[in-house]
Amino acid sequence: MIALDRVTIAYGSGPRAVVAVRDFTLAVPEGEAVGLVGESGSGKSTVLRAVAGLIPYAVGEITLAGRRVERRRTTAERKMVQMVFQDPYGSLHPNQTVDQTLAMPVAIHRLDRGEARIARVLAEVGLGREHRYRYPYQLSGGQRQRVAIARALILEPRILLLDEPTSALDVSVQAEILNLLSRLRRDHGLTMLMVSHDLAVIAHLCERIGVMSRGQLLEVTTATAMANNQVTHDYTRQLLRSNAGFDRSSVSSGELDVAAG
Amino acid sequence: MTDTLLAVRNLSVTYSGDDGDVRAVRNVSFTLGRERLGIVGESGSGKSTTGRAIMGLVGRSARIAADELRLGDTDLRGLGERGFRKLRGQRIAMVLQDPKYSLDPVMSVGQQIAETHRTHLRSTGRDARRAALEMLEAVHIRDPERVYTMYPHQVSGGMGQRVMIAMMLIAGPDILIADEPTSALDVTVQTQVLAIMDDLVRSRGMGLILISHNLHLVSSFCDRVLVMYAGQVVETCQAASLSEAKHPYTRGLLAALPQLGNRRAELPQLQRDPAWMADLA
Repeated sequence: MIALDRVTIAYGSGPRAVVAVRDFTLAVPEGEAVGLVGESGSGKSTVLRAVAGLIPYAVGEITLAGRRVERRRTTAERKMVQMVFQDPYGSLHPNQTVDQTLAMPVAIHRLDRGEARIARVLAEVGLGREHRYRYPYQLSGGQRQRVAIARALILEPRILLLDEPTSALDVSVQAEILNLLSRLRRDHGLTMLMVSHDLAVIAHLCERIGVMSRGQLLEVTTATAMANNQVTHDYTRQLLRSNAGFDRSSVSSGELDVAAG
Repeated sequence: MTDTLLAVRNLSVTYSGDDGDVRAVRNVSFTLGRERLGIVGESGSGKSTTGRAIMGLVGRSARIAADELRLGDTDLRGLGERGFRKLRGQRIAMVLQDPKYSLDPVMSVGQQIAETHRTHLRSTGRDARRAALEMLEAVHIRDPERVYTMYPHQVSGGMGQRVMIAMMLIAGPDILIADEPTSALDVTVQTQVLAIMDDLVRSRGMGLILISHNLHLVSSFCDRVLVMYAGQVVETCQAASLSEAKHPYTRGLLAALPQLGNRRAELPQLQRDPAWMADLA
């Protein structure tokens, strides 16, 4: 469903260009969920943005649903790929009601029965009719993220891109959103590509996990292998350790030293 | 009682709003010795407000009431801004979440650290500079001379948080309150920053209050944990045995965490019981 073939993405151009992602190859079959983990600056969100068509990529090919996509996407291609961002406080328009937020994509894509679509998608993400005419500031973090998911879902995408969808949320709300995402995936046969720094969250939703560092895909492993500590890269091991909580013995005093700059 | 650094009994913080009073902290009691105490809870549980009340940083709209609020032999109740200013930095210090926002952007990091030293210890510029360089070394910065002259935007998040810790510890406080000190950092850097904080707090015999929403982190880092819900401490337990917590809220939170190696089709969602809101004390 999603195939990236030797994709290189750079910000800026000429000698000052910063290569954020280098030679990235990954295929996600239809209906599968794949997670990307890595430290900040490793390029994981950049990959997501390139798949979404938000940034151009310099080299390589991105294929969605068997068709190679160009820099300029057709309306149908845009409709097919939708994205949910990390911070539901920043990703919703503060001066638009939930209804306006959801009506906009319907209007842009000239879909019929807008009214019915909005009502249906709200019910699907677990929001009541009373939430429809509220502004984002009148909603909790979890409710906002539900609106962001509804906004993506209303276009009936086949691919859902998730950039840290639960890291701004409390643990109890995170569980609700994760359950919602698994249900939606099952009901709609969605293909998912998700980015998170939380291994447990990624492993909960995704079968396969790609580990990125400094713009490169180090390894692709499975959630099961992760759980059994079968990883080959040092960085992945470090991630696993820090996910287990604080362990003083895991850091030697040499590792504590940081060079300036 | 010589080892009690901080005693809090029935602390309440109330904010007055348009729709009546909001009781952000309700009858919180605990003592802190030379140990690492964790406070966990979700957003709005009052964990940060508790820390801020101890620092005298809750703002004018808040009303603080307590039967006891004592730092060593100093009564913090009714202490004015001037009194708190003397304590902050010297007796009690706080590390906040994001060094990007808590460091002064127009002052070199070295000067900021030295300023704390000069203010509290009335030292000369040269002594303060030397102390700041030593402190930078103590937080494992390899090239202190160079980092001293750098501005906050030039340092990484992990280094910024080390600078923050250096600044907070330079005047030798008894207590460090760390409010989500590593939440803005990469997981790989988190452990390093925590290890540094841990080493320094131990070697100086300080008390540490770690405020966090991260249950794994608190249970693995601290000695004792307070669990807060709706402004109250609903449970206190040994950190290592947090997994055997009794309160349904704590149990619900633990169950709602996705676990590596134990994939469940559906995560149990926390069912909030209105009875948890009732006053405990």
